[in-house]
Amino acid sequence: MNKSVMIVGVGGQGTLLASRILGNTVISEGFDVKVSEVHGMSQRGGSVVTYVKYGDKVFSPIIEKGEADIILAFEMLEAYRAMTYLKKGGKIIVNTQEIDPMPVITGAMEYPQTIEKTLSEKVDVQFVDALSLAEKAGNFKAVNVVLIGVMAKSTDIPYEKWIETIKTTVPPKFLEVNLKAFELGYNL
Amino acid sequence: MKKLLLGNAAVAQGAYEAGVRVVASYPGTPSTEITENIVKYDEIYAEWSPNEKVAAEVAIGASIGGGRAMSCMKHVGLNVMADPVFTVSYTGVNGGLLFCVADDPGMHSSQNEQDSRHYAKASKTAMLEPSDSQECKEFTRRAFELSEKFDTPFFLRLSTRVSHSQSLVEIGNRQDDGLKPYEKSVPKYVMMPAMAVKRHVVVEERTKKLIEFAENCEFNKIEDNGSKIGVITAGISYMYAKEALGDKVNYLKLGMVYPLPEKLILDFAKTVDKLYVIEELDPFIEEHCKALGIDVIGKDAFTMLGEYTPAMIKKAVLGKDSPEFSEISETIPQRPPVLCPGCPHRATFYVLKKLGLVVSGDIGCYTLGAAAPLSSVDTTICMGASVSAALGMAKARGTEFNKKLVSVIGDSTFIHSGITGLIDIVYNKGANTVIILDNSITGMTGHQDNPTTGYTIRGEETKQVDLLALCKAVGVEHVTVADPFDLKNFEKVVKEEVERNEPSVIIAQRPCALLKRVKYTGHCTITDKCKKCKMCMKLGCPAISEGKDGNVKIDLTQCNGCGLCVNVCPFDAIKKED
Repeated sequence: MNKSVMIVGVGGQGTLLASRILGNTVISEGFDVKVSEVHGMSQRGGSVVTYVKYGDKVFSPIIEKGEADIILAFEMLEAYRAMTYLKKGGKIIVNTQEIDPMPVITGAMEYPQTIEKTLSEKVDVQFVDALSLAEKAGNFKAVNVVLIGVMAKSTDIPYEKWIETIKTTVPPKFLEVNLKAFELGYNL
Repeated sequence: MKKLLLGNAAVAQGAYEAGVRVVASYPGTPSTEITENIVKYDEIYAEWSPNEKVAAEVAIGASIGGGRAMSCMKHVGLNVMADPVFTVSYTGVNGGLLFCVADDPGMHSSQNEQDSRHYAKASKTAMLEPSDSQECKEFTRRAFELSEKFDTPFFLRLSTRVSHSQSLVEIGNRQDDGLKPYEKSVPKYVMMPAMAVKRHVVVEERTKKLIEFAENCEFNKIEDNGSKIGVITAGISYMYAKEALGDKVNYLKLGMVYPLPEKLILDFAKTVDKLYVIEELDPFIEEHCKALGIDVIGKDAFTMLGEYTPAMIKKAVLGKDSPEFSEISETIPQRPPVLCPGCPHRATFYVLKKLGLVVSGDIGCYTLGAAAPLSSVDTTICMGASVSAALGMAKARGTEFNKKLVSVIGDSTFIHSGITGLIDIVYNKGANTVIILDNSITGMTGHQDNPTTGYTIRGEETKQVDLLALCKAVGVEHVTVADPFDLKNFEKVVKEEVERNEPSVIIAQRPCALLKRVKYTGHCTITDKCKKCKMCMKLGCPAISEGKDGNVKIDLTQCNGCGLCVNVCPFDAIKKED
């Protein structure tokens, strides 16, 4: 049975690194894997979605509505937008950070006020203040690795495998912060 | 050894293993990472060329010189390089020659949704299309052998989901058989009419041989699952079809999309009662099948628009619905891409909007200047059109209109094809004002060096094109360098230059905020002097928004302390802190 993990956030939040850590970890477990990324214009502060699918044999790199086992959301509105992709019985892990999109900044629309309530009612959700944890780890940019830590806990993949991949995927000068960020997420 | 590789990185690996010596490209999403990955291999000469046509010609020259060569581009880049392609089809190659073209169904980062397969047919060459990273590597490697065998340039057609998906690739070693001898051959390489007439005969014969090859090659495969439903498909659509339909149908997977086989398709069609062609964008394979007299279901069941999905295929072929999901019952705000915090273009557009100018736009990050609240850009067509189209607008509407008109074009795009338009303005007595948005890098595609940055693709120092001297040299007498963050002065300069009855260029100089060497520090905060006039919010900076309490706030996780908002605040209410 293939597993589908969707990582959503705002361009610049580090979703690509998160999907690479996840991708490299699952191949070290011997799975076939596909990671689908977004580059170019949509990365410029827009909604960013990456898909990680793994299992015996993966064909399509994309995840569709009702298919994601896990959604890792870096931002509240993006979590809400991605909710339709969650499989019945799937889980969504949400960073409680709110980033206003341009239509909200210009006053054309309002940032939805009931995201927390709606998600709690409709799906299995875990809210995490990943920004505070990242700051605690030493750099607010480590939000991505905090969230990978939270997610890692709900998979069958052993703790050591994650640590190994982080060591090989993250640039050396940010390693210490990222390892700490992972711990904080994992031990939440 | 297996590695998780991006499709584009796998193409680079395939080129490396094939012993490629020269790669010349112009960046363009989703093709850019092919050439960026080539840089990892010391054995290969790599360059960012000024545009795709130059890149293709460099690769063509390398091939004629006896080395295997490659050029990579996005679909619209293929339009720019089309001229040499149609003739190098006639000359054929010496060292294997491959053009990698990445289409962008769904237009994730493009201005149109063209289907590049038509180019292979129109230029009478050949085209392979991989479905995952392993095939990217393998098809690339093989394309060089086939290019030499059939004496034709080959195309490798990619699409966003193949280029930008990572999957497992078996890594091999480089095999470099050395340069082929260079022999002068006027009949083969000098395409004047007398020679070209004879080469055209060779081209038509070659296509017949390529069709024969397509009938039996390793790229075109039948998967017989004993079904009475058949699917002919290629590229990423094959993966979607496999996901959606599994072993419920028989497949003919076409890895070679031009020329297409005839007998193979006819034979496959006979084994099934119902035959679908599943291909994104144009009915390229479908029309081929229909010309063979085969009754296929293609665009009647599927769209010509955007990307396909497994769910769409499942619904069309098996009539099955998608799994259930939790609906969102309200309309929620979209999150379109925006200019980054600290972006120098934001200041330029702020001024252009304030002055109410018509802005002839171009291709790059600054296309985002069209979006609210800056809402500044009037047109975006293709690379370079900001300059030449503005001349046309001015010629059509006259002098007074021209005084309200500017072109905006990035440094890399100006070199790509803006300079020719500027020459046109000078030569044909235009009086346009062109603003070169010089952010010292090719921004949108993820920071590639270009002739104006002074560095090569490998980061080596090189001669830097002096934009000011260049503009002067083509005959523009009024060239001003100005920092757009100095809003007052920049506004003054723009006002003066548009008033002129002669051509003028403003070089808006400030580096991209994402460059490593750009060190904005600290952040900006709103003090209690704020009168809520919201002037700062007119900048469209993603870090500045209105809080739930009605106060303007700056998000410290996004603000990089560029200080532009400090410059626009009329009440001195924004303070920069360390």
